[in-house]
Amino acid sequence: MSIFKKLFTAVRGAATEAGEAVVDSQALRIMDQEIRDAENELKKSKEGLTTVMAQKMSTERQVKEKQKAIEEHEGYAVQALDKGDEGLAVQIAEKIAELTNEVTPLETLLTGQIQSVNQLKQTIKQTEKRLQATKREVALIKSTASVQKAQDAIASTHSGSTSAMSSAMESMQRIKARQQQKSDKMNAALALEEEGGDGDLKAKMAAAGITDSGPSGNSILEKLKAKRGNASA
Amino acid sequence: MSKKKMTLPELATALNGLETEDGLSFHAEMIEGEVPALQVSVSDREEFPIYITIDDSQILAVSYLWKESEIKPGAREALLDALLTLNIPMPLSAFSKLGSQYVIFGALSSESDLKDVIHEVDVLSDNTLEALESVSEFLE
Repeated sequence: MSIFKKLFTAVRGAATEAGEAVVDSQALRIMDQEIRDAENELKKSKEGLTTVMAQKMSTERQVKEKQKAIEEHEGYAVQALDKGDEGLAVQIAEKIAELTNEVTPLETLLTGQIQSVNQLKQTIKQTEKRLQATKREVALIKSTASVQKAQDAIASTHSGSTSAMSSAMESMQRIKARQQQKSDKMNAALALEEEGGDGDLKAKMAAAGITDSGPSGNSILEKLKAKRGNASA
Repeated sequence: MSKKKMTLPELATALNGLETEDGLSFHAEMIEGEVPALQVSVSDREEFPIYITIDDSQILAVSYLWKESEIKPGAREALLDALLTLNIPMPLSAFSKLGSQYVIFGALSSESDLKDVIHEVDVLSDNTLEALESVSEFLE
């Protein structure tokens, strides 16, 4: 099963009702076990790698020694021929053939060992990656559990009720109401300030003899006098 | 060679009492547990705190949205469609589910610096409200 699939199962074992654990503890235990298994596997692979690498180095050394011996004997054979000792040259050539026959299987062995090293390195890399991913997911699940507890505590505090969880929409409404209240307050403050500004202006205008205040006794009398003047004229 | 990784208590200290340009302030509290988490409440939005966890590879910030049971009957498919559609246009955050709980989250590299995390929390809190607003027609 892929990690994601497992995770899905682990979290899904979860709860449909508030207050229930989000995490399936059984699934979590399995994942914890898998982490330990992967860690063991990793340790074994690393030990295996060390062994194979040591073997590979040994084979390499043997191949080199044989090749060096072959080169040396080729030199000896030429020297024997130079000295006209055909018999010795043949003996040396036989030794060369023997050495060559010994090198071939060693080279085959070396190729295999190089492949093993590469494979083991690959396996270790993959296991490490998988291990890291699983650890991350387990940590996430565990933190989800603690977060869930905290979330439940908060929900009951804010909904003001003891049992019922407050819904997201209710919470949202509360936040909006608070924001509205805030902006109302701010608007009211602004309006007050404006009025204050107006009041100030009126005072200044009055001081300057400019007024829009209702008709005064004097102005009415003036109007009446004007009316009477017109009528008698 | 890797940078020093941030810890939750460091983050808590940095976030506590911090005020953003928009006048939001944070209050951070540690939640102890097998895997500790940091609960960050944002002023005037205390109903939707943000939970932060740090592990080897990432810093995760999660905010809880609604539960399966809060979706209007028959509206689930439309809601899921809306969430998938919103995922990309929504800056930095994505939707997910934990059990029956819908969440919105952001993940950062565990080598992120404090400034990045603060920005993440700020944006995630905004996104939480935006998201709820956007899909409110599907919820009860």
